[in-house]
Amino acid sequence: MHEFDLSSAIVATVKKHAGERKVTHVTLRIGRLRQVVKDTLEFYVAIVGKDTVVEGATLEIIDVPAVLRCTTCRNEWEIEIPAFICGSCGPGAVEVATGEEFMVESIEVEDEESAACTAPR
Amino acid sequence: MHRTKVRVVEDALDANNTIAAANRSDFDRENVTVVNLMSAPGAGKTTLLERSLDGMAEEGLRVGVLEGDVAGSFDADRLSVLHIPVTQLNTDNGFGGECHLDANMVRSALPSVALHDMDVLIVENVGNLVCPAEFHIGEDSRMMVCSVTEGEDKPLKYPLMFRACELVVINKVDLLQYLDFDVDLLESNVKQVNPQATVMRVSAKTGEGIDEFRAWLRALPARAGERRADAHAHAHDHEHGDHDHGVLIEGDDHDHDHEPANV
Repeated sequence: MHEFDLSSAIVATVKKHAGERKVTHVTLRIGRLRQVVKDTLEFYVAIVGKDTVVEGATLEIIDVPAVLRCTTCRNEWEIEIPAFICGSCGPGAVEVATGEEFMVESIEVEDEESAACTAPR
Repeated sequence: MHRTKVRVVEDALDANNTIAAANRSDFDRENVTVVNLMSAPGAGKTTLLERSLDGMAEEGLRVGVLEGDVAGSFDADRLSVLHIPVTQLNTDNGFGGECHLDANMVRSALPSVALHDMDVLIVENVGNLVCPAEFHIGEDSRMMVCSVTEGEDKPLKYPLMFRACELVVINKVDLLQYLDFDVDLLESNVKQVNPQATVMRVSAKTGEGIDEFRAWLRALPARAGERRADAHAHAHDHEHGDHDHGVLIEGDDHDHDHEPANV
């Protein structure tokens, strides 16, 4: 259910970088710990992006695995279930190495041909 | 037409975090420690506050509450008898409200919050175990209430929320005798997703465990002050290399501006 607000945040970030240019493709990098449901996110981005430069853009989501690091033994491992405990050191501090990302990685925009031609080669 | 790829690499929640940092510096200026209080609907956030905030001022801690709610002022009305500053913040725009508070909503309410009259501001978020965990509001500390009528598996289903909180208050323990509920299993599930979390068992109805929560609240400003000083000292580290910060970590009453921390 948080996907609606996350979609608004994504669309706002994309619009900021696109300016007036029409956006054709958006690449996101989302960590598994963000608990984002991709289909729902796509659905909402389409709704929030309607009548903006984002309308009709395709969405690509790069899934970032949830990787933990033990602060004691420095081991790293990927988790499939929410267990934030080091197998060798037991209860203690573990930190998230990857999996909390919620990034707009890149966008593809349409530039006017003329503008592209005047650019120095 | 010609297509160009634009590298962005920006956290999509940056806009919220920037506003949270602005809130943070307002709180710092008034020396107010802020708690973001979250839970599922009906877990007992307001009842916990009703039970624990009475008489706090006499014990030397001035607490205020910012009540976030989808609609209505039921919770603020309940707290008004405590004679503490309570501000209602509705997320309703007429057709059903937001499911969480974000930094901007809190910012819009700040002019009506008497920050200079309080040491601690508790922001009671909208009841929801998902969205509030995503949006920082400029708080020092995040806590949640989880009641024994909700199911032992909740930490495993909502790890984002349970991981975001440094304190998990297990409420309604007076009901345990009537329920088929394994409170030890709930606590071990909390520890599985968040080994560092402090866990308390309370009954906001009977008052069991409330003293422990009050003690946690009383200790909060000093702890948050230390953490902010630490963050400040680290920021200095990067600028000037290593030196002794002993004086900085005395408390939060030194008179210079902090770097926005914890957002």
